[in-house]
Amino acid sequence: MSGELLYIFISALLVNNFVLSYFLGLCPFFGVSGKIDTAVRLGAATTFVMVVASLCASFLHAFVLPYAPYLQLISYILVIASTVQFVEMFIKKISPALFRALGIFLPLITTNCAILGLVLFQTSRQYSALEGVVYAVGAGGGFTLALVLMAGIREEAELSDLPKVVRGTAMSLLIAGMISLAFMGFAGLFSGGE
Amino acid sequence: MSLETQGRAWQEYSKGLWRENPIFAMVLGMCPTLAVTNSAINALAMGLATTFVLVGSSTLISLLRNHIPKQVRISTFIVVIATFVTVADYTLEAIAYDIHKELGAFIALIVVNCIILGRQEAFASKNTVFYSIMDALGMGSGFTFALLLLGSSREILGSGSLFGIDLFGPHYEPWVIMILPPGGFIMLGLILLGFNALGEWRQRLRDETRTGEAA
Repeated sequence: MSGELLYIFISALLVNNFVLSYFLGLCPFFGVSGKIDTAVRLGAATTFVMVVASLCASFLHAFVLPYAPYLQLISYILVIASTVQFVEMFIKKISPALFRALGIFLPLITTNCAILGLVLFQTSRQYSALEGVVYAVGAGGGFTLALVLMAGIREEAELSDLPKVVRGTAMSLLIAGMISLAFMGFAGLFSGGE
Repeated sequence: MSLETQGRAWQEYSKGLWRENPIFAMVLGMCPTLAVTNSAINALAMGLATTFVLVGSSTLISLLRNHIPKQVRISTFIVVIATFVTVADYTLEAIAYDIHKELGAFIALIVVNCIILGRQEAFASKNTVFYSIMDALGMGSGFTFALLLLGSSREILGSGSLFGIDLFGPHYEPWVIMILPPGGFIMLGLILLGFNALGEWRQRLRDETRTGEAA
């Protein structure tokens, strides 16, 4: 049982990293990866929303959706939107500085496809509530990891002498390609030992 | 239809194709762009589904624009979009099961495509139905065009075929990395690089003619 959970966790964290191999959550990945500090905090906020959304989705999946399967998408997105609203109020109260630093990207967590993707994948794979939470923590951790790696490289790239054409999104995409290439190395992590 | 309306309608339509192209110029909606463009046919299906949702929700939002309270507009937009996505999802499953299976969760994820929410907020909630439809069609076509460009170049390089038709014969060694995730990032990066270079070149050309005229 715990082996299964570990497998789900590592798989979501490294092997099937949400950002680098599923292409989910790219908007904040390119938008907020300017500074390591902000990247870590946005990652933490996203992970939190993921865990709460995953729990709510398990609940909905078990008790509501059997009666109305066509409401799946609508109910999931409403749960996510309310959770984000809650996190927003919480952060505004606890740390106004962080609230300002995250800016527009905080409410935009609602439209972060990583979260909706997470609950949809968890439903289609028939995870239990516990497995769902582990999956959410792994996915959130993977998202944070990708964001921080990207922020670290971009902080360095700011200081280097680049031609004007390459600056901006084009360069970020090429860097993301390299990181993604490196993460493909994790692909054999589980098949080797078995 | 007067000439003026026609002119403006064309303007609303054509801006999405190039000048304000959602992917190349505004870099929105990246997730579906990269995830489903490993073959041209998937890219086309995704582009058409997104265009359908965009046109449907733009029409509805623009009709309702005077009745939606400002405070809850984002939630209203999301619910409307989610409804149209559910329709698109079930329709695609009925008419093209294989493509639906391949695209998987990404059809459902059209809900959180920033292009759609962005157009509702920036255009449909402020303009009449006719222009909103033109705007949605333009943005949809621009998105489909960008997806097709990315999808075909990745399929040609990565599997040596286009729309499943073999192009180079058995001796072609496919560049597999291009249909894997890293290839998506690198290909879009290169396309954006080309887009930037083109913009810079045109800017320089314009500057040169200006200095030429001044002299």
